[in-house]
Amino acid sequence: MYRSYVMVCSGQTCGNTLSDRIAEEFEVQIKLAGLRQEVQVLRGGCLGICGSGPNVAVFPEGTLYSHVKLEDVAELVAEHLLKGKKVNRLLYDENEATNTVRSLSETAFYKKQMRVALRNCGVINPRSIEEYIARDGYAALEKALTRMTPDEVVETVLASGLRGRGGAGFPTGLKWKFASGNRGNVQKYVCCNADEGDPGAFMDRSVLEGDPHTVIEAMAVAAYAIGADTGYVYVRAEYPVAVKHLTLAIEQAKSAGLLGKNIFGTDFSFNLHIKLGAGAFVCGEETALMTSIEGKRGEPHPRPPFPAVKGLFESPTILNNVETLANICPIILNGAEWFSAMGSEKSKGTKVFALGGKIKNTGLVEVPMGTTLREIVEEIGGGIPNGKAFKAAQTGGPSGGCIPASLIDIPIDYDNLLSIGTMMGSGGLIVMDEDTCMVDIAKFFLEFTVEESCGKCTPCRVGTKRLLELLNKITDGRGTMEDLDRIEELAAFIKSNSLCGLGQTAPNPVLSTLRYFRDEYVEHIVHRHCPAGVCRELLQYTIDPVKCHGCTACARACPAHAIVGSPKNPHTIDTAKCIKCGGCIEKCRFDAISRH
Amino acid sequence: MNKQSPECCGGGETKEQQLLAWIQAHREEKGLALPALQKAQELYGYLPVEAQRIVARALDKPLTEIYGIATFYSQFSLVPKGRNCISVCLGTACYVKGGGRIYELLQQKLGIAGGGCTEDGRFSLDACRCLGCCGMAPVIMINDDVYGNLTGDELDAILSKYE
Repeated sequence: MYRSYVMVCSGQTCGNTLSDRIAEEFEVQIKLAGLRQEVQVLRGGCLGICGSGPNVAVFPEGTLYSHVKLEDVAELVAEHLLKGKKVNRLLYDENEATNTVRSLSETAFYKKQMRVALRNCGVINPRSIEEYIARDGYAALEKALTRMTPDEVVETVLASGLRGRGGAGFPTGLKWKFASGNRGNVQKYVCCNADEGDPGAFMDRSVLEGDPHTVIEAMAVAAYAIGADTGYVYVRAEYPVAVKHLTLAIEQAKSAGLLGKNIFGTDFSFNLHIKLGAGAFVCGEETALMTSIEGKRGEPHPRPPFPAVKGLFESPTILNNVETLANICPIILNGAEWFSAMGSEKSKGTKVFALGGKIKNTGLVEVPMGTTLREIVEEIGGGIPNGKAFKAAQTGGPSGGCIPASLIDIPIDYDNLLSIGTMMGSGGLIVMDEDTCMVDIAKFFLEFTVEESCGKCTPCRVGTKRLLELLNKITDGRGTMEDLDRIEELAAFIKSNSLCGLGQTAPNPVLSTLRYFRDEYVEHIVHRHCPAGVCRELLQYTIDPVKCHGCTACARACPAHAIVGSPKNPHTIDTAKCIKCGGCIEKCRFDAISRH
Repeated sequence: MNKQSPECCGGGETKEQQLLAWIQAHREEKGLALPALQKAQELYGYLPVEAQRIVARALDKPLTEIYGIATFYSQFSLVPKGRNCISVCLGTACYVKGGGRIYELLQQKLGIAGGGCTEDGRFSLDACRCLGCCGMAPVIMINDDVYGNLTGDELDAILSKYE
């Protein structure tokens, strides 16, 4: 037992900002201060408030320090750990004006959250199986194996109402049930989808980095439930820390007898392997993912047959997403009723969102299903920075759509999101302010799907490209009102004729922005004007001669040499030469350059 | 067997020998083609046709199938990369916070287009999809180092760290 614990966040975001060296520095300074017997340094998983990293939390008081630098460590040790005085200037402060001192659990960022899937993230050392076990780790597997029949496990998950957290929200228990027939007589597989490809979503990464054992344990429970003996985790190669922690966790579980033969003395055996993805978004689709595990081009194939009948290596297979699996162990331990008491009528439990974009507190938040967008954006997220107005939030990545400001009070769950033309997706929640052009955002997502379309079926391969061309026409100032009809027609065709989920949902960002921000499309077409000032071809830069001091900063910054004028005299922009990069605006200290 | 070749690196083994040894050691695993290409890229830095041919022969698969895999996944490159690989994140969070502008600035500074490599082989530049560091958007990654909260002004200082 130690008097204090210093938890240095070692999630990927903080890790990239030197958190490893900060942890080492803490160890050095604690030793110098003679506190080695009293204070332990832990390298924890993601604390969720990635925007203010590197983050350091001191327990048991739960004091949270943010933006910690290497040179701050000595002060933190001398003041907080030695004298027991908080270092005010480094305290995480969500409201700079009040300068109030708060502990982790009291901050608005955490107060509204309910952590089930993230229960261990940032709390335990992900490199230690002992810490996981101390938090009821592997107790769910023990309960399932020794006190429940496989059918009871399936029924419990079914009764909990848990739905897949990776996108479409298919009931997890039902998926398991479909694959549970003929146990013991056929080879079956359990797969985990950790190919988190949605831009702006990183909850799976955080679970794998911060609590890898929960994924392993849940996969073992799933394998027991359907009668499988082998599992694969398909994880993005872009997540090196997650791969490292998961690899270590699998080794630890093996040596503890929690993976391998005759687990807990029963006749249940389970082996788990890691397969690294190689950068293909389509591999998040279940049939494509399985083809990729087989070592081939990750192309999807038609369903049926569904993977529960014929999946990986032609055997019955279930595939669950990381966050879905992170909910399994608490459900087994606490029962289906405990889980179904949380959330809304048809969406049970909690959902993790990766809050990003134009919002004050970026990071991971886990809230009960049915929490309103307003609560997430304004209370947990701390609102929009720089006094700008909330315009829309995007969910579901390239398969989803946007929620406009008029619907900010909508309770977020699977069915509500579908009814307003977007989807839950994996949980990326990107906030946009008045400076975001919705036509441009639609284009952004379509460019993504055009590039990531695997090319197997024509509606997706060619259709998305044609759709993008229509959007480009509009943002280039060549659009016509007929193009809007053509977009809707083509989008409907792509949705109904594509082979897999990627193509079937690819037009959603376009349709959704067209539904809620049609005016903006019309403005681009009729007035050749981008209201948000984003679409380059429609912009003009001018210098206000009254405000310009002739400091020459803009002229020096201009890569196209389009700004002329002599020092101390007002400058002008040669619009023929201007490439509309916006570099001049950033350099001007007198607010003399405008974009319209 | 001790023949030293200019290809040689570490332990006196050529890349080909190392690749074949790796494949041999993992022969029992199912779906080996993709991991074998990942290993080949790790050894060669990219996937020259020789490396693809080695994998094809060792796994007894047609070269077309191996080439099909190599060209399907964005992780694989069929052309040599620079000594330092710059990836500019253009995930949603980075995009709305100006990642596109950082990408343009880097193209100007390096004088190459996206996907290109500088003549001296010092840098190659690519856009990538979400590094998952959305909290520090906009983000770039050079080799394994990530730089976040970029404004554009710091790029020269960052680039100067890499030779």
